[in-house]
Amino acid sequence: MTGKPDLLSLNALAVARGGVPVLEGVSFNLSAGDLLILRGPNGIGKTTLLRTIAGLQAPLAGRVSCVPEAIAYAAHADGLKSTLTVAENLRFWAAIHGTAGIDAALEGMNLTALAGRMAANLSAGQKRRLGLARLLVTGRPVWALDEPTVSLDRASVALFGRAVAAHLAQGGAAVIATHVDLGLDDAQVLDLAPFRAFSPAEGGRSTAFEGDFGGAFL
Amino acid sequence: MIALLLRDLRLSVRSGGGFGLGLAFFLLVATLVPFGVGAEAAVLSRIASGILWVGALLACLLSLDRIFALDHEDGSLDLLATAPIPLEGVAAVKAAAHWIVTGLPLTLIAPVLGVLLSLPGAGYAPLVLSLLLGTPALSAIGTFGAALTVGVRRGGLLMSLLVLPLYVPTLIFGAEVARRGAAGLDNSTALLMLGGITAGTMALLPFASAAAIRAGLR
Repeated sequence: MTGKPDLLSLNALAVARGGVPVLEGVSFNLSAGDLLILRGPNGIGKTTLLRTIAGLQAPLAGRVSCVPEAIAYAAHADGLKSTLTVAENLRFWAAIHGTAGIDAALEGMNLTALAGRMAANLSAGQKRRLGLARLLVTGRPVWALDEPTVSLDRASVALFGRAVAAHLAQGGAAVIATHVDLGLDDAQVLDLAPFRAFSPAEGGRSTAFEGDFGGAFL
Repeated sequence: MIALLLRDLRLSVRSGGGFGLGLAFFLLVATLVPFGVGAEAAVLSRIASGILWVGALLACLLSLDRIFALDHEDGSLDLLATAPIPLEGVAAVKAAAHWIVTGLPLTLIAPVLGVLLSLPGAGYAPLVLSLLLGTPALSAIGTFGAALTVGVRRGGLLMSLLVLPLYVPTLIFGAEVARRGAAGLDNSTALLMLGGITAGTMALLPFASAAAIRAGLR
């Protein structure tokens, strides 16, 4: 992580879900080629942290700094329109992100044969693959992914692992919350359990509670 | 942004998209009113422009909750919020798409329904002009209402209550343009006010809508 410029850096980040602080003091830096796996029990705040990184939510304290428009976010919902075909869905996101060509993404996620199929007629795993193919057409360097392997079979997990590896090799970076082994050797693992925010009554740091709540709700 | 507009238009004409819902409602209102108040031409011709305006307004209201709710449910709104196009642009495009599938068809069919309500001959041009000028304001205000209630499950009722008072000035001046036109009076003051409302809402409300969405996504 040294020598290369940071694509994404978190500095003493504290995040809240529904007004309740869940994580505090999270810091890390990602540069080109880095992969960070987020681990932690359910409810620890992995999704909240990823939403904050993606800029969908304001941090309670601390800072997220990254190159502008670097983050491609993917969550539990794939953002697919069931009355559009696979190709139409992908072409839309490619147009929104100003990139051309969806063939590589279709091929990368093994969807070429399904290109003309309505998204409504896809299986859960196929929908997931389409959602992940969207990442390939965004052309963005940092992927922030929330449980990307849900409903994928073993072959598709391997396919996804290869897509992540290719992305890293091209100078990208990724933060992935997952409990599945993606088959990538050089991943760093960050266990979020030590960063859990405790209320002052439990002996936790009180800064997260006295922070600027007004800003959090703006 | 063109891609978003095309996607929204495509979604609305495909199955389950809701295209024609407002139009059918408008048709029903205009057909049922003569049965309700009696087919006396003198009465009908006096209230025709008002009935058509109220019908158009309610038809617009009918499809408002789809503007953002569907995108919010399937996760597209999160992804659009992280996309390179600004949310203000998204809100403006959504309002434009709503107008094209609702306001524009209503405007075009209104003269035909005017015949049903025995609208005086001088009233057709002012009616179409007032709807053409006024319905964009209905879409812009409605998009703002939809943005305010984006995170609220089954927020349709709340949205109607929020939007209706905002619709009143448009209705007053729009119906006034049509009524005075039909009666052969000078309607330039009402026309200018209507134009002012439309220009103002189209220019300002996309910013308010974007702010409301940002707050709603947290």
